[in-house]
Order: sequence, then C-alpha cells, then structure tokens
Amino acid sequence: MSAGDTAAPAPAAPRRRRVDLHALGPVLALLALIVLGALMNPNFLSYGNVTNVLARSAFIGIIAVGMTFVITAGGLDLSVGSMAAFIAGLMILAMNALLPALGVGLATVLAGIAVALAAGLAAGALNGLLITRGRIEAFIVTLGSMGIYRSLVTWLADGGTLSLNFDLRSYYGPVYYGGVLGVTWPIIVFAAVAAVGEIVMRLTPFGRHCAAIGASEQVARYSAVHVDRVRTATYVLLGLLVGIAVIMYVPRLGSASAATGLLWELEAIAAVIIGGTVLKGGFGRVWGTVVGVLILSLIGNILNLTDLVSPYLNGAIQGVTIILAVVMQRGTGRAR
Amino acid sequence: MEPAPILSLDRVSRRFGPVEVLRDVDIALRPGEIHALIGENGAGKSTTMNILAGYLAPSSGRVLLDGAATALAGPGAAEAAGIAMIHQEFNLAEPLTVEENVFLGRELRRGPFLDRRRMRNLTRDWLDRLECPLDPRLRIADLSVSDKQMVEIAKALGRQARVLIMDEPTAVLSRRETEILLRLVARLRDEGTAILYTSHKLDEVARLSDRVTVLRDGAVVLSRPAGDLTQDRMAEAMVGRPMTDLFPPRTAAPAGAPVLEVAGLDVPGRVQDANLSVRAGEVLVLAGLVGAGRTELAEAVAGLRHSTGRVTVKGRPLPRNDARAARRAGLVYMTEDRKGRGLLLGKPLAENLTLLALDRFGRFRIDKRAEAAALDRAIRGHDIRVADPTVPAGALSGGNQQKLLLAKVLLDDPGIILIDEPTRGIDIGTKQQIYGVIRDLAQAGKAVIVVTSEMAEVVGLAHRVVAMRAGRIVGELSGAAIGDEAVVRLAMGLEPRGAAA
Repeated sequence: MSAGDTAAPAPAAPRRRRVDLHALGPVLALLALIVLGALMNPNFLSYGNVTNVLARSAFIGIIAVGMTFVITAGGLDLSVGSMAAFIAGLMILAMNALLPALGVGLATVLAGIAVALAAGLAAGALNGLLITRGRIEAFIVTLGSMGIYRSLVTWLADGGTLSLNFDLRSYYGPVYYGGVLGVTWPIIVFAAVAAVGEIVMRLTPFGRHCAAIGASEQVARYSAVHVDRVRTATYVLLGLLVGIAVIMYVPRLGSASAATGLLWELEAIAAVIIGGTVLKGGFGRVWGTVVGVLILSLIGNILNLTDLVSPYLNGAIQGVTIILAVVMQRGTGRAR
Repeated sequence: MEPAPILSLDRVSRRFGPVEVLRDVDIALRPGEIHALIGENGAGKSTTMNILAGYLAPSSGRVLLDGAATALAGPGAAEAAGIAMIHQEFNLAEPLTVEENVFLGRELRRGPFLDRRRMRNLTRDWLDRLECPLDPRLRIADLSVSDKQMVEIAKALGRQARVLIMDEPTAVLSRRETEILLRLVARLRDEGTAILYTSHKLDEVARLSDRVTVLRDGAVVLSRPAGDLTQDRMAEAMVGRPMTDLFPPRTAAPAGAPVLEVAGLDVPGRVQDANLSVRAGEVLVLAGLVGAGRTELAEAVAGLRHSTGRVTVKGRPLPRNDARAARRAGLVYMTEDRKGRGLLLGKPLAENLTLLALDRFGRFRIDKRAEAAALDRAIRGHDIRVADPTVPAGALSGGNQQKLLLAKVLLDDPGIILIDEPTRGIDIGTKQQIYGVIRDLAQAGKAVIVVTSEMAEVVGLAHRVVAMRAGRIVGELSGAAIGDEAVVRLAMGLEPRGAAA
C-alpha cells in the first residue's frame, strides 16, 4: 500500500488515542439499562436493590474474570458451574467433618476455605493439563469434567442437598451478608478480583502472552512463549477463582445440591463475550466482562421489579442480548 | 499486428480513503501474451490485479473486457467472464480434498448426487498437465506449499480461464517446480491464454515474459516488450534510481573458535546426522533446494522442533527441544513464514515487536513507555514505513512486515541468529536493506546463519556455504570457491567440477 510509503512520524509526536466505539457499546447498553430501570421502578436505585444485584453478580463475576483469561488465550471452560457445585459440596462436607474437632469458629471456616481453594486449584490444573499435555480440545475436556463434577456432587449429596451445620452457618454467614461501610464482602471481593484481573491482562507479560497465544499459537511458540504453561495457568487461575466464588457463595444458603451453579458456565461465557472479548481468542477485556456481568444481572433484576415482561422470559432476553452484542461487535472482531 | 486485448485498464485510479494507491494506470492483457507486472512492495501490483480480477472496483477509469467497458461485479462475475486469479495466499479449503477444492462451487452432478468419479478424473488430468502427480483424494492440509500452488493452478485450468492472473506464483516453489510452472505458463500462452503475473525474480521475468510493465508508487513508469529490457533496467525502473551494488562489500571471514556447534543432529524424517559450526562474525549460508531440510535443521537448532543430537553454544550444551533455553543462550530463529509464525497480524506493531523479548520490558509489569520507545527506534532503525504506528501489523506491506519481524528478533540482542529466507516475497530495495543488516550483524561479532533459496544471496552474503540435500549436509564451500555453479552442483548432488572449483 502506498499508505506505508509516508515517512515515519517524528518520535516525539504523541500517539493518538482513538475512541473505540465498539468498546463503548456495552457501557452504553449498561447505562441505558440503569436509566430504564430507574424510570420503571423507584426502588431500582435503592441501596437494598443495588447491593442485592451486585452481590448476586459477584459469583458469576469472579468466575467470568477468570474465564476472560481462558477465552483470550483461545480456550474455553464449560465445567465451571459444575465445578462450583462440587467444590461447594466438598467444602460443606469438610467443614461438617471438622466441626467436632475444631468447633464452631474461625479454624473450621479457614479449613473450609483452604479446601475450596485447593479443590479449585486442582480442578483447574486437571483441566489445563488434559488440554495442554493431553492435547485434547478444551471443549471436550471441560464438557467431560462438567459432567463428572455435576455427577460427583449429586452423588456426594445422595441426590438431595448437602447442608452446612446450622451453628457454623450463622458463624460463616457474615462473609456473604456482612461487609465494610455498607458494602458487602462479595462485592468487595468481586471488585478486587476485577481490578487485579484488569491490571494483569493489560500490564503484565502474562496478559500479553494470553492474547498472543489466542491470536496465534504458532507465532507465540516461535516467539519463545511457554505456550503450554501459560495456557495451563489460565485454567488454574480460573479454578482458583471458582474456589473464591464458592467461598462467597456457601455462606449465602449454607447448602449445595445438584442444582447449585447450574448454567453458571454459560452465564460467565456470555458475560465475557458481551464485554467484547473475542470468543476465538486473541483479545480480552476484563472491564468489559464486568460490564457484561452487570448487564446480564440487571436484565433479570429489571424483569423482576417491573411487570412489563414476565420474569420467565429472562433467559430469552439475555439470549437476545448476547446475540446482539456479538452482532454489534462484529466490526472489531473481524479486524482482530 | 497485435491481437486486440481481452482485458485492459484504461486510466484506472484507486484510492483507499485519502490515499491514492493507483494513478491513471493503463495496462492491456492480450491473448497469447505473458505480461509481467513488476514493482516494489507497495507499488500497487496487488491492487491492479485485484481490479483486473473483479475483487476491487476502480475509483475512476474503466475496465475494458473485449474492448467494451465493464463493471465486474465481484470475482464471481469475473470468473464467468473467463478471468481467474491465483492469490499469493491461497484460496483453498484446508480440510477438503484436492478434487473437492478444484470443483468447489461448481461440483459436477449425476442426478441429485455428486459425480465423484468424473471430478476425480478431470482433476487428475489437470494435475497431469502440471506434471504434478498428486492424488486428488489427498486433503489440502496435508500438502506442501508448492503442491497447494499446483492445486490452485489446476483449479484455474478447470475453469478454462481466458485470462490468468497470478500473484507471485513462483515465490514458494523450488527450482524444479518453478521450471514446470514456467513451462506450463508458456504452453497456456501458446494456447491463447492472456497471462499476467508478478514476481520479484527478475531473471524469471526476463526469461518468460513477452511484455513487462513496471509500477512505481501507483503509476506505470515503463511498459515495454521484454526483449527490449535488461534485468538491470527493470530494477532501476522499479526503484527509480540506478541499482548499485545490491550486496554490501564482502568482509574478511573471521577466524576464531566457533560459538555454535551442532553435532549429530537428527530430526526424525527430516534431517539426518547434521554437523556444523559457526564462528562469531561469520555469515554461514545453508543452501539447498526447498524441502532439503534446511528450515527443519534451523528450527531444531533453535529448539523449536523435536530433535536429538548435540548443540553447544560457546562450549555449553543446549538442552534439546527448549526454545526458551536457546533464547537464554542468545540464540534465536527468524521464521520464513512471517504471516503464520512470525507476526500477529491483528495486533499492533509494538506488541509484535516486543513479544519475543518481552521480559526485557519488565518481569511483572510491562513498561509501555519503553515499549513505545523501542518501536520508535525500530521504525527509524529499520526504516519501517508506516504512517500511524498504532495500526495492526497486517496493515503493513510485505517488505515492511519483514523489517518488523527482523526488528523483533534483533530486539532480543542475540549473539547467534538463524534467519530463514530473509527476503521472500519482498522488493529489491528492502532486500538491499536486509542484506545490509545481515552484514552489520556479522561485523558486530554476531554469528549469522542464513537459509536461502536465492542463489544471488548465497553468493552475495556467505563467508561459508553448507549445502543440504534430502535431509543431509552434502558439502561445504568457503571463500573464493563460493559461486553459482558450485553451489548448485552441491545442492543437486553433482560432483564439484575439477579439484579446485
């Protein structure tokens, strides 16, 4: 192209920052939803409702941040919802089992947290190693582990529900319901995870390597990037974040069953895609994922608060949103 | 009296946004004539071809088909008019077979079903005409690059094109395959096909073409029967100045201990028992035919391909199959496949530049300021021509992509550098720059291994030549013994002529 024949600009010239309209799309959609909600129901912007929406978004949100890294590196994880249920079941069983020895108190809860983190780490590592070392497609591996974890938690609960000891539940409850300065812990943790995730994605070699691998595994390999290690790390990170989400989730209901975390994987993937991350990898945006999560939960919330459309159509509207988001981002997606 | 042109452009201009890429281009393709379109990268060759083949519409000017102005609405319409174009990046569906690709979109039927047998036989006939004994049932993904090229040509044959447009058809072919292709093109010409093709290999252009059109900065600077032109004249018209020495002056071969030694290296099925060594400040050229195992050997040395054997850097053994260990030892490999393995075409220049040496820009946090400064240095130091440094790498022309790739590899400041086909598909001005870089690296005390299929590069760059054939190292030449004929004889497996060749 002759465009390339113009001389290079003087090094001192400032780099132009282009406003990416495609990146703004989800933000505008989120703002529109907030305005819509506020107009339709005065309670929408109340402290109670906002806290409720954010706290419920936190589980999917924490997982979706990890999912952003996996998808950016060209992978996929369908197992996170089942994994969450399984880890919740393990955590409850472990805490109940340790109760006689450790009593109702911090020790038991910390032990439970350690179990959740360790299980998340192990589950993520297993997915990652099967995909990288085993050279099996991510879709297949995680489809398999999705079934395995879902079935394991059903088996652990013997088809019913695993419940945390009542006293322990009261002791552990503040982790979901309590907070600092009126902001509950799940929201704080979600915000922290998102902030760290954004920094890691944008500013660290790890984030850069994820995007490079997703864009072209060959180029990354020929650039001496440790492709398998980075890719495995994304799954381990996601597993750990699932563990953290479970730590926030268990005190909410104090139970786990076969229905726990159902379809979380799809909600997390949807949030990632709505946020502008490219499904086939190569480009990821953590803050976009956060916006995506909020969009999805606001849609549900608005439907519940208003009687315009039946809340039973929640899934349909979320589905339309996902498809619309991808259609609107097509321009950027192709360029990348 | 010349026959009337089948397809021609009449004062065609084309702009992309504010940028005028073509300016008042006239070109006429006549039946039974091979027309070569040459020019530097970015001169507008691809745009011209895309307009001729209906992929792009002109901004102004006319496309004439059989003397009548026409608007070719897309490649489909052009194909219906008997115009076929073979792109540099192939238009083949990798998971499908050869025959499925050749008949893609115009499958033969017998009733409601596909007539597989007839399609297979026809495909085989066309491949036979190309002297390319491929099984039509093979999957494209399993073919070599040159075989894919042959399939593309077979596809055009099947469409019985009156006009055949080829974008650098010989860039990826070996010498033997090039011969076959050139013979075939000559035969198509004799059958009355109008042929337009581009090539950076001027010797080929001089030999094959009947007419040469030279583009520079989007305008035709020369259009003449090939017989009236010398290769020097073509090169001068392309760059707009007399071409003095393409290669920098030769320096004395360095003496001293080797910094890289390869002993008994085997790449299963590709390379057997390779032994070689390079000194600091030396340019060693790996010569041989395409497929001789040169790329595989270079990749294996750099830890990018599974191999057994011993590789030592400055006396220290390098762990096998570990590209990061090689990098730490200061040994890097620059791939021949800049689009598939070298650059992330969708990513900005800076991210491409620093990908290999990213840890030099911060272990935990990338120093974006240093990164931007490195890009500025690379753009100036390597003369990468780009108006806006935030564009993705894919927006650069081929030559500028190659300079970016070179800058990326050199950013790691390697002591030993393996460069595979440094000038494939790039223009003569950029070639000259890259030769300068290679010579500068050697003078700065780096050990350089160059893999190349261009005889001029072998002779112009090498202190020493190691020739490979069928996966084995078959000979070595150094100093005054390096010459076209001697290298070819080694690569082809002939005995050197006389004792002191």
